[in-house]
Order: sequence, then C-alpha cells, then structure tokens
Amino acid sequence: MGYQTTAEKINAIFSDLSKDYLIYAPKRFVGDGTFTYIDTIRYGEITDLAEIEFAEKSNYSFKEVLLPISETLFYFTENEMKEADAPKKGAIVFLRSCDLHGLKRMDTIYLENGGVDTYYKRLRDHTKFILMGCENSFENCFCVSMGTQTSEDYDAYLKVDGDNVLVDSRWDYLDAALAGATQAPVIADSVTANDTVVTIPETVPQTLFDDPFWEEYGNRCIACGRCNFVCPTCTCFTMQDIFYTDNGKAGERRRVWASCHVDGYTDMAGGHAFRNDKGQRMRFKVLHKVNDYKRRFGTHMCIGCGRCDDVCPEYISFANCINRLNTLVNDTVKEEN
Amino acid sequence: MTELNPYIPFLSKITEVIKHTEIEFTFRMTYSGDVKPGQFFEVSLPKFGEAPISVSGIGDGTVDLTIRKVGKVTDEIFENYVGDTLFLRGPYGNGFDIANYKGKEILLVAGGTGLSPVKGIVDYFSAHPEDCKGFTLLVGFKSPKDMLFKKDFEIWKKNINVIMTVDYPDEHYDGNCGLVTQYIPELMIKGLTDAVGIVVGPPIMMKCTINDLLAKGFKEENLWISQERKMCCGIGKCGHCKIDDTYICLDGPVFNYTKGKFLKD
Repeated sequence: MGYQTTAEKINAIFSDLSKDYLIYAPKRFVGDGTFTYIDTIRYGEITDLAEIEFAEKSNYSFKEVLLPISETLFYFTENEMKEADAPKKGAIVFLRSCDLHGLKRMDTIYLENGGVDTYYKRLRDHTKFILMGCENSFENCFCVSMGTQTSEDYDAYLKVDGDNVLVDSRWDYLDAALAGATQAPVIADSVTANDTVVTIPETVPQTLFDDPFWEEYGNRCIACGRCNFVCPTCTCFTMQDIFYTDNGKAGERRRVWASCHVDGYTDMAGGHAFRNDKGQRMRFKVLHKVNDYKRRFGTHMCIGCGRCDDVCPEYISFANCINRLNTLVNDTVKEEN
Repeated sequence: MTELNPYIPFLSKITEVIKHTEIEFTFRMTYSGDVKPGQFFEVSLPKFGEAPISVSGIGDGTVDLTIRKVGKVTDEIFENYVGDTLFLRGPYGNGFDIANYKGKEILLVAGGTGLSPVKGIVDYFSAHPEDCKGFTLLVGFKSPKDMLFKKDFEIWKKNINVIMTVDYPDEHYDGNCGLVTQYIPELMIKGLTDAVGIVVGPPIMMKCTINDLLAKGFKEENLWISQERKMCCGIGKCGHCKIDDTYICLDGPVFNYTKGKFLKD
C-alpha cells in the first residue's frame, strides 16, 4: 500500500519500532575517510530519517548487519560450549535495490548451500528491509548490466522529499501505523541506464586461467582485500579461537570476515597454499562473481554496485576487467575457429 | 523446529591411541552415526581451533582419525593435550561409496597419509575379498620410518595384493624402493575397461599416477580421487575450500576423475 506522510510521522514510527528493532542505514561519517577531509559513508544505527545519507552511494554494504565483521559463535570452558546469545532486538535495514539482490546471494550461501547457518538465520529472521530508490546512477555502478536495478523483495520503500515522505509498505505493522495517512500510488525510483556497462562472457574456458591477461592484475594488486570487504556478495569467513587472559581455560570461537585476495586464505596445515600469485586470486574472484556462482546457483553473484572499483587503492576496475575478459574470450573463440 | 547448530562440536571419547610414527597417531574415537571412508571430521580444540581430519577406519561405535602433527591444532594435540576426549564436528563430505567398486577389479594407489581416507576401503575389501574381482593396494611412504598402519598391513597381505614402496630406504630396509608410479607398468590388470583406480596422495603424486593409469588403459570414468583443501567450516559457508563452482567440503573431497580433472584452483 502506498502512502504520503511526513518525516515527523515516520520518525515517530521509528521511535516506536526502536523498542523491538535497531534501525541501520547508510550514514555520513564526516572526515572518517581514507584521506584528510574525506568522509566515509557506511552503515550505522539511526533514530531519525535526517541521519540517512540518501544522496550518495555507501562505501560499504549492509552485509555487516547479517554477517558481523567479527561474530562470536560460542563460548567454551574446558568441557562445555555455550552458543552465543542472539541480539535481543531485530533489525531494520535501509538499502538500495542492488544490495537487496546481494541479500539473495547471501541467503543462497547461508540458508541453502550445505544447509542452514544458525547464526545467519537467527539474524535474518528478525530483519526488515527498506528500499532506498536511486534517482540517478552513481559512479562505477553497473546494476542495469546485472539486472539488479529494481527489486520487489522489500518490506517497505521509502522516499524523503522535503518534509514529505512517500512510503510503499508491504509490512502489516507499517500499514497499521500509517492507517490515517494519505494513500498515494508510490513507485520506487530506479535507474534505467548506467555510465558503466559490462558484457559478461557466457563461459570462460579453463585454458584462459593461465593467460597473461591475469598477470597485469597480479602486478598491480596489493592483496589488501578491500574489494572483498566492501562487496555485498563476498561472504567468506575464517574461524578464530581466543581465550581470556585472566582465565586461559575459557574463551570463545569467533568468525571473522575473510578475503580470497589476502595471503593465508588457502593455507593448509603444513604450509601448502594455492593461488600464491595475486593475478590468480583476481581470476578466482572475478570468475566466482560472473561465472562459477552462476553455474552452481543460476544467477550471477555480482550485483553491479561497483564498490570494489570505488575502493581499490590500485585503481583496478572489476567492471573493466569483465569487459576486457569478454573481448579476450571472443578473440580466443575466433582464433580457435 | 529448531535446527541443530552445526558449529558446536560434540565430545567424543578417545578409546585407543595407535602410534604409527613419531608424528602420526590414530585416535580411535567414539561415534555411532553413519559414516563413510573418505569423509572427514573437524577436530576441535578450544583455544587452538579446528583441523579437518579424514576417517581412516570405521568400527562398531567408533571412527579412527589418523592425525599428523603438522599445524597449530595438531601440534597441541601431540605436545600438550592430556584429556581422554576430543571435540568433533561431522562427518562432512561425500566420502567413498563402496558400492561403486563392488564386483570390480580395484587398484588403489596411495601416497603417505593419503592412505588414511582410503583405508576404510582397503579394510572392507580385505575383509570381503569375494566382493571384488581383485584388489591391489599400491602404497608409497617417504621412508621406512613414515610407514602407517603396520599391523593392518599384516592382515591385508593375507587377503589382497599389497605392494609397498619407500622413496628413501634406510640400511635395515629390504623391501621395494622408489615412487609408486614405478610399479604401475608391471601391474597385471585383467579387464582395463572395467577396472577401478582410486588415487589419493600429494598433488604431484596424484597427477603422475593418474597420467600413468590413463596411459595404461584405465578409463577416466573409472578413476576416483580425493582432494585436500583448507576446510574451515565443512558446511559450504566459509568459502576457503571452493574451487570454481565446487565446494570440496560438500561436493567432495571424493571426485570421479571426469569431474575431478576440471578442478583448477
């Protein structure tokens, strides 16, 4: 149901909701960016619509709400283990259409591939998603190429227009809370074109895995893993045990974000590792995003948010890499014929 | 219905420890669920972490885990651990399906600790030689000091054809020497179109052995391998063991070669 209401009304509803939910949205952290006088936009808790950064793309995705950077799985003593408590409150997440598609990728890994992940599910079951529209495309976005520019899988859509707020609600609670508001048709803003366009090769033959094409990326990549950490569809983690310094027999097992670009990702006991070359790591990641994931699950993993291109300190462009790879694949096919 | 938390391990009693070498022991652990050779458990040592260890034997209410002292978790198990229990999660992975090999002529080639995941297969056909047309175990160790399952070999030798070789013999050793691949040409395999080859060991050994078996006339679809990767969660979430579109912990570690040959890290 569509409504026209006021920011004041929405803030009042948020105030009520805050008894049961933490509300997360992209916020501007002034001066907190990598360089002096540069802001960063990342997720944080909000209580007021005015805190939300609607005008720009967030540097980080919402994924940390469902997959915390460091998450305690259980506490242990010598012979006992106790599952870490779930947060007492649920979550409400403001996000854009591409990220909502990213959520589906996370669901696939954490709810389907190999069974249900307890920790993900208990957060996911208590999270509501509010779509933020995109009036225009941002730098490096290629959602249209990935088909993620619109999404219907939201609990509500919300647009702030001065003092007016337009809402499309698919959430009973919100419908009830907005019962007295003016009904109005609300259609989510979405883009129909991006400056960046990618063409994904249908298949990438294994013979190209060792192509010199990847060396160039290997020479430039510094294996910092930032592209993985900003990506809403990168969901890998590593488990770590810590113990308490005042009682060495008690501690906890955590999982923390992992990156396939960073050293140690494939290290086995005894020291053997795979993909020591950074170019091969790039190949592994790129093909996971636009090739391997699709073969297994039927859709591309990449959702075209372009955050990896935004963040790379070495100016490596994932989008450009896919397009160049497409050319390489086409040329290779031509040569073979 | 609440689903069980797959990350929380259960306590298993150590019923016996069999010492093979200075750094390789088999821990016989209580476990009474379904389990197949080639599957693995995550051995969990609070404070130190987890290590994926393949099942090297299946008994009545027990599984054998042959552990090599090679990393953070296993170092601790060998050096300081005094308990009579270990935490486990699993079993994970597909494992070897004995039914795939029944009624066939079988050649199993293993290198070093690669024998662990396939030992259950050897145990089975050694106990039931009538279930296959013939069974040859070709196994290589680095040196006589690195030999595993010595007592089992005594039993196996009575029921199946066993060829054991070492890379580096010492002065007291009087058996076969050299790499396993050296012994493949002379093997008498009667029906190469149906014969099954199972190959597990270090990556290079697997590659060379597979090449030799193909050259000998084994069919790709009759060859089986088991892969070793960093399996951290064991349940398809953490991503560390993924190769292309394949999760080793879910789809493997055992692969038919027609699939296995396309796995490229």
